[in-house]
Amino acid sequence: MNFIVFLKMVPDVIEELKIADDGKQLDSDWIRMKLNECDENAVEEAIILKEKFGGKVTAVALDAPELDDALFNALAKGADKAVKIIGEWKDVHSPAIAEIFAKYLRDNNLIDNQTLILSGSQAIDDIEGELVYYLGELLNLPAFGVITHVDYDSGQNSVSLVKEFAGGLRGEFSSGLPAVLGIQASENPPRYIPIAKIRAIMKSAAIEEVVIPPDGLPAGTTIEKMFEPETTGKAEMLDGSTDEIIEKLIGIFSDKGII
Amino acid sequence: MIVELDAIRGVSLDTIYDSPEGKLIQTCIQCGTCSGTCPYGEYMEYPPRRIIKLLQHGLVDKVFDTDSMLKCVNCYACMMKCPREIHLTEVLLQLVKEQTVIKLPVVPPELQKALENNYRYGNPMGESGRKRANWVQTSSVPIRILSQNPEPVDVLWFVESYPAFHPRGQDTCRAIAKILNALGVDFAILGNEEKSAGECGLLSWESGLAEALVDYNMAIFSKYKFNRIITSDPHALDAFNFRYRMYGFKGSITHIVPFIIENIDKLKPMLHKTLGYSVTYHDSCCLGRHNGYYDEPRALLKAIPGIKLIEMVHNRINTLCCGGGGGGMWLDTYFKSQNMERLSDRRIKEAIDTGADVLAVACPYEIPRFEDALKVAGYDKKMVVRDIMELVSEAMED
Repeated sequence: MNFIVFLKMVPDVIEELKIADDGKQLDSDWIRMKLNECDENAVEEAIILKEKFGGKVTAVALDAPELDDALFNALAKGADKAVKIIGEWKDVHSPAIAEIFAKYLRDNNLIDNQTLILSGSQAIDDIEGELVYYLGELLNLPAFGVITHVDYDSGQNSVSLVKEFAGGLRGEFSSGLPAVLGIQASENPPRYIPIAKIRAIMKSAAIEEVVIPPDGLPAGTTIEKMFEPETTGKAEMLDGSTDEIIEKLIGIFSDKGII
Repeated sequence: MIVELDAIRGVSLDTIYDSPEGKLIQTCIQCGTCSGTCPYGEYMEYPPRRIIKLLQHGLVDKVFDTDSMLKCVNCYACMMKCPREIHLTEVLLQLVKEQTVIKLPVVPPELQKALENNYRYGNPMGESGRKRANWVQTSSVPIRILSQNPEPVDVLWFVESYPAFHPRGQDTCRAIAKILNALGVDFAILGNEEKSAGECGLLSWESGLAEALVDYNMAIFSKYKFNRIITSDPHALDAFNFRYRMYGFKGSITHIVPFIIENIDKLKPMLHKTLGYSVTYHDSCCLGRHNGYYDEPRALLKAIPGIKLIEMVHNRINTLCCGGGGGGMWLDTYFKSQNMERLSDRRIKEAIDTGADVLAVACPYEIPRFEDALKVAGYDKKMVVRDIMELVSEAMED
């Protein structure tokens, strides 16, 4: 099988985020980037599927700060190839990213009936919607998001999928290949790779660089203003003995109409 | 008793028998002292004695398929009590542990997170490295940060992650800053440039992570001029004293307790407040058993007016581990899932039995571990955990 995993780097929210002087974007000198968490799960799922059913895993991403670390990590986990699409990728969101990835797939004739395209189900900066649906539309392939389980039936050449819905509901789907999957959670949590192995991969493996001209990309959304959430109410700490606190709590609940 | 570094450089499990350490291992008399003294020995399928025997028969691979080495908390008890003086904790067990983590089907999630955080953020708790020096703003005395003022300095204070980020560790930091300032020590810290020394990567499974941190910190050290390093973390002391030297580190490193003892004559007149506590002292495995600092912490405690020192049943070389070393800090949930008693819960019972008001410690892991254990024991209203530096600082108050 041919697993292609599309990855995206997102701002690391462990670091405090800072808004740039123009008030329209994050300060790129300040933020650190990390691999989108769902994408980490997508890599893991692709590698689990490869281990079960054989095939090759290719990890592909638009260039971004600290991307190399994420790609070497994917290689250390068991990906066979890592591809970086070179360019200044500013203000490109899901519809434009899908165009670029679709072009990459078509230019390299990568889609056949053994191909499964995976990506994270969502990312914190998906301001124009989720990638997999745009990708499915452009490639005219079935696309599924919020996937938590994937199984492959080689006889039927189809995948059976579990998709999560709101309210704790789950749906089971079956799809022929090729297909596009948005992974919410991999079968197992992303595995640990000893750092020695990552460092060895950095010395021995290479990341393939591909150029795709950013022509004819959809214009997309323009951010007019970015600002920090405004504080409206604050938590109130209740003091006193246990009985007094219970009394106060009951008072608050009845004031709010909860009891 | 610390192993000669040249004797083990580049040694792996395959080549260990060709090294002087391997010759020592061949002299093992299978007395079982190591397994008997191991705090988790009864939970290990392969405690140290059996590991040695398997190694002698070329069957050590069997250990990698078990979680035995996950349960080693690097307390140095087996090594320090071995009648043949085999460097178990320093050499053989590390090599077996490293293979264990490579072969383990699933690394316990808390440990995985701590290791990954150490690699990405330079601290196991996953805090932003840019906040590492934030505590400095709460210090009552000025603290120089080398990146802001790179002039040569006498003493470089390597703060380490738990002191820098944990709220109770920060209490210790403020106390240390106050003491150093009062003693007139010319000191500075690395601030946000510092990352974990890497001992808990190094001695807990992950030589690659350790090397990454060693490379990083060595490069930072080379930027500045200083005469010596001090640290309040015995694990960092071990990292610098032991593994960093393998990578060419030549600096002088001292734990804060013996450092203050060097200045005890100057300090004593400043300790004017009588504290009136009865105190029991917990010997940290790294500081005590591994580095032999048994008398210095006690001397420092006795220098404080009004402190009465009561010993626990297990003290000095027989100290019981708090369970935080060797990655144990991030394996509490795993140990619990294996029905294993937390070692800090075991140790706290001895502390409580002394009837002391204060459990004094000299390692930053121990404050949160024992404070939790006191809560588990329902004794947190009757006993407090204090770093020795906090007690010294309190005695300096008017």
